[in-house]
Amino acid sequence: MTKAGLIRLLLIVLFVLGLEGLVRVGRIDPLTMQAPHKMVQDLGAILYSGKFNKAIAKTLGNAATAFVIAITAGIAAGLVIHRLKRLRETLDPLFATYYAIPVFAFYPLLILILGLGDAPQIFIGVMLGFVAVVVNTLNGIDRVPRVLLKVARVNGMGRFETALKITLPSAAPYILTGMKFAVAYSLIGVIGAEFIMSTGGMGYEISFAYNNFDNATMYPLILIILFVSISINMLISRWEQVLLVRRGLK
Amino acid sequence: MSASTQRMSVNMMWLLLVILVLWQCLYWLIGDVALRAPAATLRFTAHFVATESFKLHLAETTKAFVLALLLAVFSGLAIGFTLGLKHFARDIFEPVLIAVYSVPKITLYPILLLVFGLGLSAKVAFGAIHGLIPVALFTLNAVRNVKPVYLKAARVMGLPTGETIRLIIFPSALPEIFSGLRIGFSLTLIGTLLGEMFASQRGLGFLLMNAIGLHNVDVIVMLTFLLVGFAALAGLGLMLVHQKILARG
Repeated sequence: MTKAGLIRLLLIVLFVLGLEGLVRVGRIDPLTMQAPHKMVQDLGAILYSGKFNKAIAKTLGNAATAFVIAITAGIAAGLVIHRLKRLRETLDPLFATYYAIPVFAFYPLLILILGLGDAPQIFIGVMLGFVAVVVNTLNGIDRVPRVLLKVARVNGMGRFETALKITLPSAAPYILTGMKFAVAYSLIGVIGAEFIMSTGGMGYEISFAYNNFDNATMYPLILIILFVSISINMLISRWEQVLLVRRGLK
Repeated sequence: MSASTQRMSVNMMWLLLVILVLWQCLYWLIGDVALRAPAATLRFTAHFVATESFKLHLAETTKAFVLALLLAVFSGLAIGFTLGLKHFARDIFEPVLIAVYSVPKITLYPILLLVFGLGLSAKVAFGAIHGLIPVALFTLNAVRNVKPVYLKAARVMGLPTGETIRLIIFPSALPEIFSGLRIGFSLTLIGTLLGEMFASQRGLGFLLMNAIGLHNVDVIVMLTFLLVGFAALAGLGLMLVHQKILARG
C-alpha cells in the first residue's frame, strides 16, 4: 500500500473513532447519529434476522435490470447512431444538455403512466444510465483505428460481424467508462425513486425508518448501500485500469 | 452567426419538433388519465404561473437552489485548487471524492435532515453536496493538467502564489473547470428538487409531490414541463458560454 493510501486509511479510522467518541461523550445526540459500533452491531442483527432480505433483493434486482437494459440498449443505439450521420447531428444538442435535466421530475408522471410497481423505478434508472452509455459508445467507436476496419473489409466481414469482432472489442475501454456511469446511475435512479414514492425496497425502508426515528434500522441500511455502490465502482475502475494498461493507454 | 452555430440551431429546431410530436402522440395513446397535450399544458402553465401560491413556492426553490449553488461552486473551487496544488493531499483525498461521487446521495439525506432539521438548511446542504464534488474533481484535474512550462515561467518571473493562481493557473484551467461547473449546476438543481420532493413543506418539489397525492395531472405535467424546460435552457446557455471559452483558449 502506498504512503498516501496508508494516511487515507488512518484518517478514515480517526474519523470513525472521533464519531464514536463524540457520541459516547454526548456531544452528538444518539437520536441524530448513532455510535459507529452500534451501527455495525445493528447491521449484523439485520443481516442475521433476514428481515430486509426482500427489500435488499428488490432494490438490487431492479438496479441490475435497469443496468442491463441501459447497457444493451445504449450500446445498440450507439452502433446505430454512429452509422446515421444526420441523426447524430440532430441528437448532439440533446446529448450535450441531457444531464442538465432533472430526471426525477419525470417520476410522478411515470407513476401515473406505468403505475406504482417496479416499472417506473427501473425506467428512471434506465433514463439516467442510457445516455451515458450511448455517448461513451459513440466516443469509443470514433476512436477505432482505421486499419482495424480495413482488416475487417479485407477479410470480407459483414456489418454485424465487424461490429461484434472489431468495433466493440476495440472500443471496450470507452464502453467500460459508460458502464461505470450506468452502474452508479441505475443505483441512484432506483434508490432515489424508492425514496420519493414506492411500495418497497431499501430506499423505501430507509425513509420509513427515518419517519419513525428508527435509527437502528436506518443507519445499517445506509451502510449497506454505501458499501455496495462504492465496492462495485471500485471493481469496475480496477477492470478499466487493467484494460487501459493492456492497450498501452496509460 | 457562424456556420456551425447556424447548423446547431437548425438541429435544435428539429429536435424540439420531434419532442413535441412524440409528446402529442404519447398523449393520444395514453389519454387524459395521466397526461395532457402540449397545447393544454401551455395554456394551464400561463394561467398557473400568475397565481400567488406558485410565486411563493418558486421563490422558496429559487432561494434554496441559489444558496446551494453558491456553496457548491465556492467550496468546490476551494477544494479543487487546494488539492490540485498540493500533490500529497491530492493522492490522499482524490479516491475519497470519487467514491462519494458514485454513492446515491439520497441515502445520506435522512442524516442531513436529522442534523439540520426539516427546513431550508437541510435542502441547501443536500443540493450543495450534489454539486460540490464534480466541481472539486474537475477543478483538481484542471489544475493538475496546467502545463509545467507555465508554472516554471511564473516561478522565473518571481510571481507570488496568489498572482500565479490568478494570472496563470485559473485562466489556463478555466475550460476544464467550466465542464465541472456545468455538471455541478445540474446536479445542484437535481439535489435541491430531490430534497424538496422527499421531505419539505414548500417549493416546487413539494408542489410536485402534493400533486401526486391529489392526482392533479394538470399540475404534474405543468411542473415537469417547467422544470425540464428551465434545466434544458440553462444547460444550453452554459454550453454556449463553454463553447466560447473553448474557442478563445
